[in-house]
Amino acid sequence: MTAPPYGEHPAQAVPPGHILRYSYKERMVHWLAALSYIYLLLTGLAFWSPWLFWLAIALGGGQVSRMLHPWIGLLFIVGVVQMYGLWASQMRFDDVDRAWFRSMRHYIRNEDEQMPPVGRYNAGQKLLFWGFCICGILLFLSGLVLWFPEYIPWSLRWFRYIAVVVHASSALLTIGLFMIHVYMGVFAERGALDSVIYGDVTEDFAKRFHPGWYKELVGSAPRRK
Amino acid sequence: MSQETLRIQKISAHAGSVPGQDTQREFQVCKLIDTTTCIGCKACEVACMEWNDLPFGATVFDNTYQTMPETRWNYWNLIKFNEHETEDGSLMWLMRKDQCMHCADPGCLAACPSDGAIVQYTNGIVDFQQEHCIGCGYCITGCPFNIPKFNAETKRVYKCTLCADRVGEGLEPACIKSCPTGCLHFGSKDDMKYLAETRAKQLRDHYNFAKAGVYDPPGVGGTGVIYVLHDVTEPENYGGLPKNPHVPLTVKLWKGPLKWLGNVAMIGGLIGLVVHYLRFGPKSREEEFEKKREGEQP
Repeated sequence: MTAPPYGEHPAQAVPPGHILRYSYKERMVHWLAALSYIYLLLTGLAFWSPWLFWLAIALGGGQVSRMLHPWIGLLFIVGVVQMYGLWASQMRFDDVDRAWFRSMRHYIRNEDEQMPPVGRYNAGQKLLFWGFCICGILLFLSGLVLWFPEYIPWSLRWFRYIAVVVHASSALLTIGLFMIHVYMGVFAERGALDSVIYGDVTEDFAKRFHPGWYKELVGSAPRRK
Repeated sequence: MSQETLRIQKISAHAGSVPGQDTQREFQVCKLIDTTTCIGCKACEVACMEWNDLPFGATVFDNTYQTMPETRWNYWNLIKFNEHETEDGSLMWLMRKDQCMHCADPGCLAACPSDGAIVQYTNGIVDFQQEHCIGCGYCITGCPFNIPKFNAETKRVYKCTLCADRVGEGLEPACIKSCPTGCLHFGSKDDMKYLAETRAKQLRDHYNFAKAGVYDPPGVGGTGVIYVLHDVTEPENYGGLPKNPHVPLTVKLWKGPLKWLGNVAMIGGLIGLVVHYLRFGPKSREEEFEKKREGEQP
């Protein structure tokens, strides 16, 4: 059993050859944000396009979706704030990230052996994080206006005019990030989805995708032949 | 048909015109409000509440004769009172009947996300269908006239229907029926425009209102409710009637280019991910990875 570096639930046990990547709290916060986001995405898309309004019907009807969307939005914002508290310090961009962006072409082509030695998070994950933090704040502020449009006095109607575009634009940005995130986590990087459910990754996963982090944990560079 | 024959044609011992007389019911209906002959009696406010069976709420006194500051979900018709000082220093009382303008290009309808919650009939009436309303309030944002109002209890939005139920039966709206001065007219858009222009010309030629004119704002494609104003260049004086109303730019942006762009991006993104998976597949497993690395650093 490898010593867990990021705090953990007492019941946490990591099988041999595995490393704890996400603590119990990290996983809880991730899924709070993820599940609330999925609800917001589905109901939001229902309000976005008439072609997708059936989503609102399927989720209990337009009225129910309209009523719950802001409340679930509050849950999502709690998740985002928690994520900020957990990860903001680990998400600062550094030289490795700049190198990562330069060789992103290789990352896309799955030539991971040519990527710089990334730490716990690669530059793409950091982009996702900051994207969700910034868009989360924008969605929250514009969402408050859209929650209670009837309380915005006529003289302050510009708040409403701004809120409708800000809410839609920042939601679209998060949808882009979300699609890539889900694709990477579920389809492209095998082991990533398990890690955010059960908490652990194989040492091999850590060495391949996060060699800097692995080195930091184990205290030596990944073996090279 | 039988109902239509029972409309009042003449009234005994009645000073003035028969309310709703000579109403025409053409394809595109229109209400004409001649603010120059409105006396602010608020009969239209009462008629609206009675016909539409609206529960009465508390009035708000603001040192004028106005019933409340703005229309409410249960108060669709409001006479706005404004004291206006003219250039020569004399005082004018401007009274304007405020209600839904029934825009040809309605911002509420453009902003609404719920299928069938707002409709526009072929006669031009814009009507809310509360059973389909989800209460999001986007119509409040879309409206340039501050008309749709939210009912926190039912979580639905309400406004003037131009008495679509009456008009459908060949009757005039309730407000028209109640007007004692004949400042309210109802008929086809063409007839009302003609009548309004005639009255405006009369005001310009004979009543010393050189700037009198008709308010039928083109920014929203014209409206199903038009005004004759003493001074058409300053509609704001009439309780904040906007000079050049249009659907808010951001609402147009949101429902136009942004929607188009967003849909293309989302569908393109999905296709891109599928293509990527088929072309490159998942990231390599350990064995392949080590093999590649060996190749790189022999």
